[in-house]
Amino acid sequence: MARMTLDVNGKVETIDADPDMPLLYALRNELALNNPHFGCGLAQCGACTVHVDGQPVRSCVTPVSAVGNSKIVTLAGLGTPEKPHPIQKAYVEEQVPQCGYCINGWIMTAAAFLDQNKKPTEAQIKDALSGLKCRCGTHMGILRAVKRAAAMMG
Amino acid sequence: MTKMDNATHFSVSRRSLLKAGGALVVSIGTAVPLDTALAIGEAFAQGAKPPLMPDQLASFIAVNADGTVSAFFGKMDMGQGLFVAIGQMVAEELDVPFKAVKVVMGDTATSVNQGGASGSTGIQLGGKQMRMAAAEARRVLVDMAAAQLGLAADALTVSDGVVHAKADPSKRASYAELIGGRYFNVQLDWNKEWGNTLYAPGKAKPKDAKDHKIVGQPIARKDIAPKVYAQEDFSTDVRRPGMVHGRMIRPAVAGSVPVKVDESSIKDIPGTRVVWEKGFLGVVADKEWDAVRAADKLKVEWSDVKAPFPDQTALYDHIRNAPVRKREIGGKELGNVDEAFKTAARVIEAEYEWPFQSHACMGPACAVVEIKDGNITCWTGSQKPHFVRDGIALTLGVPAETVRSIWVVGPGSYGRSDADDAAMDAAVLAKAVGKPVRVQYTREQATGWDPKGPASIHRARAAVDAAGNLIAYEFTSKGFSRIDVNTNGGAPKDTLAGHLLDTELKSADGFGVPAESYEFANKRLAWETIPPLLARASPLRSAHLRDPVGPQVHFASESFIDEVAAALALDPIEFRLRHVKDPRDVAVIKAAAEKAAWQARPSPRKDQTGAKVSGRGIAYSQRNGTRCAVIAEVDIDRASGKIWARKFTVAHDCGQIINPDGLRHAIEGNIVQGVSRTLWEEVKFDAKNVTSVDWLSYPILDITETPEAIEVVLINHPELPPSGAGEPSIRPVAAAIANAIFDATGVRIRRVPFSPDRVKQALS
Repeated sequence: MARMTLDVNGKVETIDADPDMPLLYALRNELALNNPHFGCGLAQCGACTVHVDGQPVRSCVTPVSAVGNSKIVTLAGLGTPEKPHPIQKAYVEEQVPQCGYCINGWIMTAAAFLDQNKKPTEAQIKDALSGLKCRCGTHMGILRAVKRAAAMMG
Repeated sequence: MTKMDNATHFSVSRRSLLKAGGALVVSIGTAVPLDTALAIGEAFAQGAKPPLMPDQLASFIAVNADGTVSAFFGKMDMGQGLFVAIGQMVAEELDVPFKAVKVVMGDTATSVNQGGASGSTGIQLGGKQMRMAAAEARRVLVDMAAAQLGLAADALTVSDGVVHAKADPSKRASYAELIGGRYFNVQLDWNKEWGNTLYAPGKAKPKDAKDHKIVGQPIARKDIAPKVYAQEDFSTDVRRPGMVHGRMIRPAVAGSVPVKVDESSIKDIPGTRVVWEKGFLGVVADKEWDAVRAADKLKVEWSDVKAPFPDQTALYDHIRNAPVRKREIGGKELGNVDEAFKTAARVIEAEYEWPFQSHACMGPACAVVEIKDGNITCWTGSQKPHFVRDGIALTLGVPAETVRSIWVVGPGSYGRSDADDAAMDAAVLAKAVGKPVRVQYTREQATGWDPKGPASIHRARAAVDAAGNLIAYEFTSKGFSRIDVNTNGGAPKDTLAGHLLDTELKSADGFGVPAESYEFANKRLAWETIPPLLARASPLRSAHLRDPVGPQVHFASESFIDEVAAALALDPIEFRLRHVKDPRDVAVIKAAAEKAAWQARPSPRKDQTGAKVSGRGIAYSQRNGTRCAVIAEVDIDRASGKIWARKFTVAHDCGQIINPDGLRHAIEGNIVQGVSRTLWEEVKFDAKNVTSVDWLSYPILDITETPEAIEVVLINHPELPPSGAGEPSIRPVAAAIANAIFDATGVRIRRVPFSPDRVKQALS
């Protein structure tokens, strides 16, 4: 066990945890942040994605001790209904999810991508999101939403 | 207009009114004294909740004190917008604004068992019941208002939850005033059935479709924003005071059970405890990460058992050679098939193969069970929480009345997934440790140990006479049962926990036949089931997976129809239209063809050379009243074997459309999941166990492979009852793709999935 601080959604929190424990467990259980989600524990699906210093990271395989002083942002910290990130706004407008369990991966990855890439092509969007999983098959809606968000951010 | 002052008075005793049970008739021109009005009010409404039974209107509809309406629904929304569609149907019949209705679902304490999510019947059966209940609630409220206002019921109408005189809106009584905060005390005519077939209408008739204002509107889902802003909890997010974390331990060899468990091997991990009973083995820990570590570290000696499975390469031979446990002819055999084949000038035959497939839900199942003061509460993502209640009661040996099961949106579902097993495991662990337990399966357990969609083979043959007419058709499926374990976790015989605690599997027989309207003089559609590979706790136990056996059966039947058309050198649509008899079937086929600008010609096309070729294919099917035709346009890279299912055109007729936006989204999801199952999905196994246990070994469609377009033509029949849309459009996808591949290449692929290796091999 070790005492560590985590900077999550603009708040610095202190936790006592096994340094090898994945960040996901710290966020969910120590800090009671119900997003992100456990999908595989293998970095294969994206359901656990958070931003670490603006980059999408799979928190299920990231040791909590490896985060250091980096700034962590979860879906809850990305935007609010009052101040949404464009991809969140687009997701609602396009009515994308079915079950919605996967959306941390898509939204957090797309948000980081769109922040860096203005006016992306469809092929660039697909490449950026490749590897993320959605079992309900909402891929068409995801692409519509990312394109819509890109237009908003254009 | 009726005038109160010249009305004749009459009085009715409260007793006789109560006896009349709502059958009171108040004729035009009568004024009703206050005591009578109150009596009617009391007859229809009460403060105490009537028993939660299907024969009570209060079990489905309540008007809250503020005039909003709660609709208690015994089915579940698996993310296809039932919260909205059911709300629309209820609001429509009650004449309240859509926003005034809150649909409450999935809690055994507030809804009766309408079957849970099941067979695309959310609207078809569940909505039908809610519509009837809402119509009855409106009728009763209008009668109450009639009594209160001293007007005849047929002189009244309802706008936005206010009953008022048609001619004088100032004579009014709102739903809130009439019954707000009290319960309906109105009996329904229940058919005494539970589950999907539960039906309990009142005396009211629902509205004519021409009067619908809310039904048919593309109202948006309200549950999306909370998901997108991380404000909604899933089944994985339930926390209870004092809750501990559980993990299950599964054997490396299927069928093996623990014979020695070394608890000292995890003694250095704090707060852990082993729960071992017969074949059931799990660990709990105060902290989730400790439960993960303990499950990993626990030393277990397993019983030595014979490896239970055939080699995967021998799967289809196993099915071919297995004894038939049950054979059934679907529908009616037409003519004399065997005799007709003897007269054939030519016989066309083919056999198709479909693998085991996994639900592979987005997240592994999770459930929380709390046992407190003799009452058990389970929070589950299962699509059938009422059956989870029954299953827990039987597993723990307690009365079902002491168990409450609460559905919380889970990580996808698609049938009899791992969710029901997790709920039972949590119950067993919670009882053993005396604390609330949260069981979280691993990805390996989710994909490796969920009940599987059954593997099957399908034989088809057609007899053609000398003139080229198809004179006889026979189609037979043979495979593992789709109800090896039942459609729900309602009994120990159907769950892993039940099996591991020594209840035997009682595999039932179920498969299916093609659902179409091809009329041939001689026609026989049949299915045959074979025994399971392992009698207990099998990772290859077969069960319902979205559109149970629909994709496999129609992959085969609609591929074969295409094969016959090609053999007769006919355009695939022209050939279908020659034989399809149902006018709505004809309509979806024609609508898809028109939208896709289908050019009539036989397949395969012969004008392509080079490595990259493309083709188009059609398939169509019915499903419990719904019709769907799908045209696929695919690109094939001959060199890599990679297929891009580039474009789909779907024509869909599910009777009356409740919400066209929700319907479009449901269809898109069906098509994409159908492409995934066709191109990629196959459960891998060796003699010992399932070996496809994650997203690398059980790949699904990637976003880079998404179609560029899915065009949807919705055919609305407001005059018809609505049928389902949760599954029908996944059904023809595989055949449409297979037919397009044939069109492009002249090669017929008869085994799913069409992975690059297999396609490359087939094309070489």
